[in-house]
Amino acid sequence: MRRYVFRRLAQAVAVLWAAYTLSFLVLDFLPGDPVSAMAGGGLDQASVDPAQLESLKREYGFDKPVLVQYADYLGRAVQGDFGNSVATGQPVTSVIGDALPQTLVLTGAALVLAVVFGTGLALAATYTSARALRQLLLSLPSLGVSLPTFWVGLMLVQLFSFRLRLLPAFGNDGIASLILPAVTLAVPTGALLAQVLAKSLFTALDEPYVQTARAKGAGRARVHLRHALRNAALPALTIVGLLVGNLLAGSVVVETVFSRNGIGRATVSAVTVQDIPVVQGVVVFGALVFVCANLVVDLVYPLFDPRIVVASATRRRSLV
Amino acid sequence: MLTVVAALALTACGSGDSGTTDGGAADGTARSGGTLTFAVGSYAGCVDPHQVASNDTIYALRQIVDSLTDQDPSTGKIVPWLAERWEVSADAKTFTFHLRPGVTFSDGSAVDAQAVKENFDAARKLGAKASLATGYLSGYVGTETPDDLTAVVSFEQPNAQFLQATSTFSLGLVAGSSVRKTADQRCTDGVVGSGPFVLGGYVANQSITLVKRKGYDWGSSLWRKTGEAYLDKVLFTVVPEAGVRTGSLVSGQVDAIGSVSLADEAALKAGGAVNLQTRANPGVVFNLGLNNSKPLLQDVAVRQAIQVALDRQQIVDTVYPTGSKPATSILAHTTPYYGDVSPQLTFDAAKAKSLLDTAGWQVGGDGIRTRNGTRLSLSVGWFANAATNQPTLELIQQQLKAVGVEITLKELQIAQITQVQQSGDFDALWGNITRADPDILRSTYSTALANTYRLTAGALDPVLTEQAATVDPAKRQALVNQAQDLIVRNAHVIPVVELTTALGVSKKVHDLDFEASSRIQLHDTWKS
Repeated sequence: MRRYVFRRLAQAVAVLWAAYTLSFLVLDFLPGDPVSAMAGGGLDQASVDPAQLESLKREYGFDKPVLVQYADYLGRAVQGDFGNSVATGQPVTSVIGDALPQTLVLTGAALVLAVVFGTGLALAATYTSARALRQLLLSLPSLGVSLPTFWVGLMLVQLFSFRLRLLPAFGNDGIASLILPAVTLAVPTGALLAQVLAKSLFTALDEPYVQTARAKGAGRARVHLRHALRNAALPALTIVGLLVGNLLAGSVVVETVFSRNGIGRATVSAVTVQDIPVVQGVVVFGALVFVCANLVVDLVYPLFDPRIVVASATRRRSLV
Repeated sequence: MLTVVAALALTACGSGDSGTTDGGAADGTARSGGTLTFAVGSYAGCVDPHQVASNDTIYALRQIVDSLTDQDPSTGKIVPWLAERWEVSADAKTFTFHLRPGVTFSDGSAVDAQAVKENFDAARKLGAKASLATGYLSGYVGTETPDDLTAVVSFEQPNAQFLQATSTFSLGLVAGSSVRKTADQRCTDGVVGSGPFVLGGYVANQSITLVKRKGYDWGSSLWRKTGEAYLDKVLFTVVPEAGVRTGSLVSGQVDAIGSVSLADEAALKAGGAVNLQTRANPGVVFNLGLNNSKPLLQDVAVRQAIQVALDRQQIVDTVYPTGSKPATSILAHTTPYYGDVSPQLTFDAAKAKSLLDTAGWQVGGDGIRTRNGTRLSLSVGWFANAATNQPTLELIQQQLKAVGVEITLKELQIAQITQVQQSGDFDALWGNITRADPDILRSTYSTALANTYRLTAGALDPVLTEQAATVDPAKRQALVNQAQDLIVRNAHVIPVVELTTALGVSKKVHDLDFEASSRIQLHDTWKS
């Protein structure tokens, strides 16, 4: 078990390093540089004194060779220092730290909604004996996955905020302003969960142990919830990493539509002005979340299903 | 003294509001108190007015600092604010400001000659981070303070534009405690000013809150109300989605919005509760900034053909918010010393064709002209910093194709601007510059400075240099007229359309006025 954990940790570190390096290379290949973006900001195209620009580049170390910059950044990043934002001068850790609570609240609420409604939808679709209803319920997840989040958000704002005037269209204040964004973000995530869960529920319901349970006199609902759901939950658990990734990516769009200041908005602003330190920080943070989610899933998997021993788990295709 | 825009706003409010169920004071009677919520599209990442150039953030930061002078938006005249009076030396190198006594920053420290000196000394040190301020202070020698209320600013070379520059937010005065901070600290902590509002707080990418300065009593001589501002609080909230901004205004969740586009107008007008306020930004209009050193564009006939091949009215009607105007000079009509040269900018496709025919450009099989095997094809670089840019350029593409000139569009990143400008690796760049002083022509087109558009030294240079050294308004007007005529007649760059700032303002909001650079002034603003 210890060796297994160690191996997974080593993989996690490798993933983080790869994410860091790849994003650094991509940013370096982009035309332009963050200092010019800062000096040339605004709507205007007035020219900036080249000498002043050079001194600013020196101040930020953008005049050094790329490899030296990379080694500099990486060396400090390993010690947890991601430097300061070029655009605002704020330390990257505090840029992320300030934005993180808002994103956690948003993605947390969306995850709860997604699990509740995704599971509910999958259970209802597999439980009902009415054919038409089942077809309808089963088609909802595909719809939810394919609707653009951006569009869903704008439609919800139009209806609930501008027409009915029930909820605010923007902002981060309190529960009222959380409802629309959380629902918007929950739609694709819940739909994905419902798709996977419904499929594995159908498979589970065909298994011999379900027949056995029924033969023993267990009621339909009991068989569905106690026996089938428990086994069907395992495949759903494996996509938790994917769901977390979905939520983080979705927060970029949702935070823009609903004007919330979270990690998503911070990322968009940073990418626009090529704020390399912030983008690097966000990429590493995202990779870290993703890696951790998968690590946790891998470690708790055996607890859910005693048949899976650690030795075989290591051979299981990893999502990381 | 009423400005043109203020007068418009007044009549609009007066007629629209009579008959509402407002049982209180009769309409038209200003009242104190309340919070104004203003939705803007972006956040500049910095709350220091010296370092920010983006309109969306300047709307807020303009309110926390006062300037030495103010500029009348209707006449362009420089009038007293923190300086009661001033003298400019005949060579335009020395500026003496006599400050109003009894003015304090919101931390209690005095706005005196020493504060003026510290501000200008520090602005120079901000360098490229405060490119507007450092540009205004180019050639700055120093500030002397013969007494507490007299500041004498001197320059190495004549610098007539400096007087107007003292009216801008970029040179708004901040307290010593802010001056002594580093550029980054000023960005993140904000600055202490003497303005009618104080920075109450901000959340990056989300909002900036302003609170009324108690005891404020040194407003600009242009303002109608003396003493404190009407509003208790102003909340600038960042709403990136245009549709959400519009819907929020119509549904009463915000009181005013910025960056209104032609597409938003129908929705805003539908409810009947919103006024549209527009004003052209002074400075260099949106133009095709031609690279005069490219072989194709060295020929003045080609440049002039492009100039008259454009149907500017069609561009304005199709793409720009109502109230926008086609360019009638290289300067927008709201710029002081503007001169109308519109006859040279009249749409005339036949003339464009004949100019090109005479220059030896023959129409080829695909409708594009060639000469000695060279296609008449230009690449235009543009930035996604205004939603109107792409549709405008696509229309220009069609209009020029009709006379046999091919345009390819190349989107560039904001981070590339300086690099492209310096390298000269472009045929043409699309853009504008906001500045309420004609000296912008010198900083942009003088061959002695950055000379982004690679003009060759010639008749224009001495005119530009001389206007910078001319204090007498009539003489300066003649020189600036001559400069505009030279630029347009030689079609060094192709003026197309004036940038118009368009705001959506609830009819409950009164006297939300444009200042001379088409940003806003909120001291006189009140809510009914």
